[in-house]
Parts: sequence; structure tokens; C-alpha cells
Amino acid sequence: MVTRFEVTVNGRPIQVEAGTTAAAALALAGVEACRLSVRGEPRAPVCGMGICFECRASINGVAQTRSCQVLCRPGMPISTDAG
Amino acid sequence: MSHPDAVVIGAGIVGAACAWMLSREGLSVTVIDEGVIGGGATAAGMGHLVVMDDSEAEFTLTRHSRDLWLTLAPELPEDCEFRQCGTIWVAADEEELAAVHRKHAWYGERGVRTEMLDARALAEAEPHLRPGLAGGLLVPDDAVIYAPCAARWLLGRVAFRAGSVSRIGSGLVVLEDGETIDCGAVICATGCAAIRLFPDLQLRPRKGHLAITDRYPGFVRHQLVELGYLKSAHGTAAESVAFNAQPRATGQVLVGSSRQFENDSSEIDWPILRRMLNRAFDFLPALRSMSVIRTWTGFRAATPDGLPLIGPYGPHENVLLATGHEGLGITTSLGTAELIAAAVLGKTWLPASK
Repeated sequence: MVTRFEVTVNGRPIQVEAGTTAAAALALAGVEACRLSVRGEPRAPVCGMGICFECRASINGVAQTRSCQVLCRPGMPISTDAG
Repeated sequence: MSHPDAVVIGAGIVGAACAWMLSREGLSVTVIDEGVIGGGATAAGMGHLVVMDDSEAEFTLTRHSRDLWLTLAPELPEDCEFRQCGTIWVAADEEELAAVHRKHAWYGERGVRTEMLDARALAEAEPHLRPGLAGGLLVPDDAVIYAPCAARWLLGRVAFRAGSVSRIGSGLVVLEDGETIDCGAVICATGCAAIRLFPDLQLRPRKGHLAITDRYPGFVRHQLVELGYLKSAHGTAAESVAFNAQPRATGQVLVGSSRQFENDSSEIDWPILRRMLNRAFDFLPALRSMSVIRTWTGFRAATPDGLPLIGPYGPHENVLLATGHEGLGITTSLGTAELIAAAVLGKTWLPASK
């Protein structure tokens, strides 16, 4: 049986399955850019395995966290507001 | 080659400041370095412009130099990242707070603005510091700078020559490639490397580590230094670490510091890096979950008494030293340059018109 729970993406609640990464949650929520680069360009996950650092987002209030390396937990706040 | 009035060996922040000051006084100056501008200890250091109170001499030089930076600040280009963020000396307990009170009085007697912070004011000023700290001393006129760009700016109109110096004499600099430059004064500002030209100098490299985080704007707002830093910086222990955190213009947090003698490898020393970071986590617990994107080392030029070597040295009055600044070279570069200029100007070995 699949366990489902809620996380928030930029304050909006979405349902995810257990085992979903924060990067996948961002994609499920329809967020195209997980952050902006130093020069203000949108960035999104590339490697999906923790190497490229492109997928950084703010997770549990900690900015610059690699979203592909973090599994969702119930109530987890994920946001793309940190530079 | 032309015959410059002065040759400055070393294009770090100290050499750059000396060259800048001498050329402002109307002298023709050539700077020689075997590497890039500001590529040695200048690039490795934090760039904290700080008034220190370990001795009257150190205070006088750091205070005057910091104030010269404040005067210069409006002229500095943005890439120098000058920010007058102030220093907070953090007191962990009541004993350190008593020392902060003494520091407050000592600075006050000498006309340096400071402000006492009690535990609550400290927590308001820096919310990410751990709870339970006793207080701190804010020095609002201290600042930070990105020194390699400052060195490049200071050398903007000064002739630069890439090369390695093999020998110097009175009004004479001989390069490894055999070229000889005749000049008025020779100023050696090569940090630890000065012992290559002056083997009898009491200079020892004192290794330091730094770490820089990804961008977390506003995580710290002032340059934070634990009060115990003085014990670390000026003690004679072979190895020490002290908590030191600095907000960069990019939103990154620069984290220090370590001091090691008898370790001349530029490799990261993992055990001491771990100690340094654990010290920082002790003061800023949230730092533990943040990303460090780069670590590096550098070498301070340390003298036995912790004071720099500035002025004529050896048998020739026109051969001068500007080295031995240990961890204060970026702060004291401008004051050092004034002392060097005062020693050089008006001497008979310069043309009378200067």
C-alpha cells in the first residue's frame, strides 16, 4: 500500500508518495525553476544524483539544499525563494 | 629599462599599497611579482579591516590604517566589496564579558567608537548565534574588503613587471633572467618569502585555513570574532583555532580561523579544519546544516613579537622591508605604505626635484 502525505511547495500544499524526493515534489507542483543563479537565471535539476548542485532549493528553512538528495517528509516546507 | 625611483617587490596588498602611496607622492614606481597581483596571502585572507588592541603599537597602526580605508572607501570600485559591517567581539561567559568591558573602556579612551551589547542586544544583532552567550562589543567602523581586487585597484596606474628577483642591493634589483634594474629605493613586500632575500629575518609562516559557504544572505550581519581570538592569535601554541565568521557581499559566509606553525604544506589539514568548523558550529549551530563550497589555506608572515617589519633594513638605507604583518596585512597595508613613503621621501638618494 502506498503511503501518501502532504508537503508544501512555496506555501502550497501538494500530495506526494513516500519516497518522493524534494526535487520530484517541485516538479509535481509544476515549479520550473528551483532557484535563480547569481545572475538571475532560472535553474533546475540536471543530474538527479547530488553532483551538479543545480537543484538547490530551500528545504526545512535551509537554503542551498540539494533537493534531489532529500526525501519528502510529512509537512516538509520546500521553497524556491532563496537565491 | 627605465630607472624608477622605487621598485616594490611583491604585488600583494602591502606592496600594492606602498606602490600606490609612493606614486601618489610623485615617484616613478615599478612593482615586480613572480605571480599574479594579490595572489598570495592577500587572496587567502579574510579581508577584515579591524582595530586591534594587543599593544599600543598594534593599536596605533591598525586604527590609523582602518581609518585610511574608511577615507578611501568611496573611491573603491564595487568589485572590492567594501562593506562597513562592523566587528562584534563575542563574549561567551561573564569572564569574557568583563574583558569586553575593559576593551570598551580602552577603545573609548583612545577615541574609537564602540558599543556594549548585553546578551539580548547580541541576540537581536545576530539571531543565529547560540543562546546563552554573555554579550559582545560592537565596533561599528570596522569593515571588510575583497583584498585581491583592492590590490589590483591600488596598482591601477603603477608599472607591473612579472619576474622573480634573485638579488637586491643598494638601488639595485637583479632578476632571475639576469636583467638588472637600477632604482632609488627597493621595498621588499613579499610576506613569508622575504626570507629568500633576507635569510637572517625572524619570519615564520603561520598557516591558516578558511571555509566559505554557499549564499545565505543575512545569516550573519557583522564580522563575528570570539573574544578568545586574541589568545589564539597571539599565543605561541603550535596550533590553535578561533571562531570567526564574516558576511560577504555575495551572501556567502566566510568562516575561520586556524593558526599553525611548523606546517608548510598548502594542503588542507583535515583534523584542524574539523576543529575550526566545530568551533564555528558551537557559536552558530545552524551553520552545521549549510553547504561549504570551498576551503583553502594560506600563510601569514609571523614575527616573534607579532609586530610587522617596516622600514630600512640591512646595510643600505634605501633598502626597506614591509613584511611580517601576520594576520593584519590587509588592514595595515595603507598605514604601512605611509610609513614606507615617509622613510623614502626626501632622502638624498632620490633626485632633488622629488
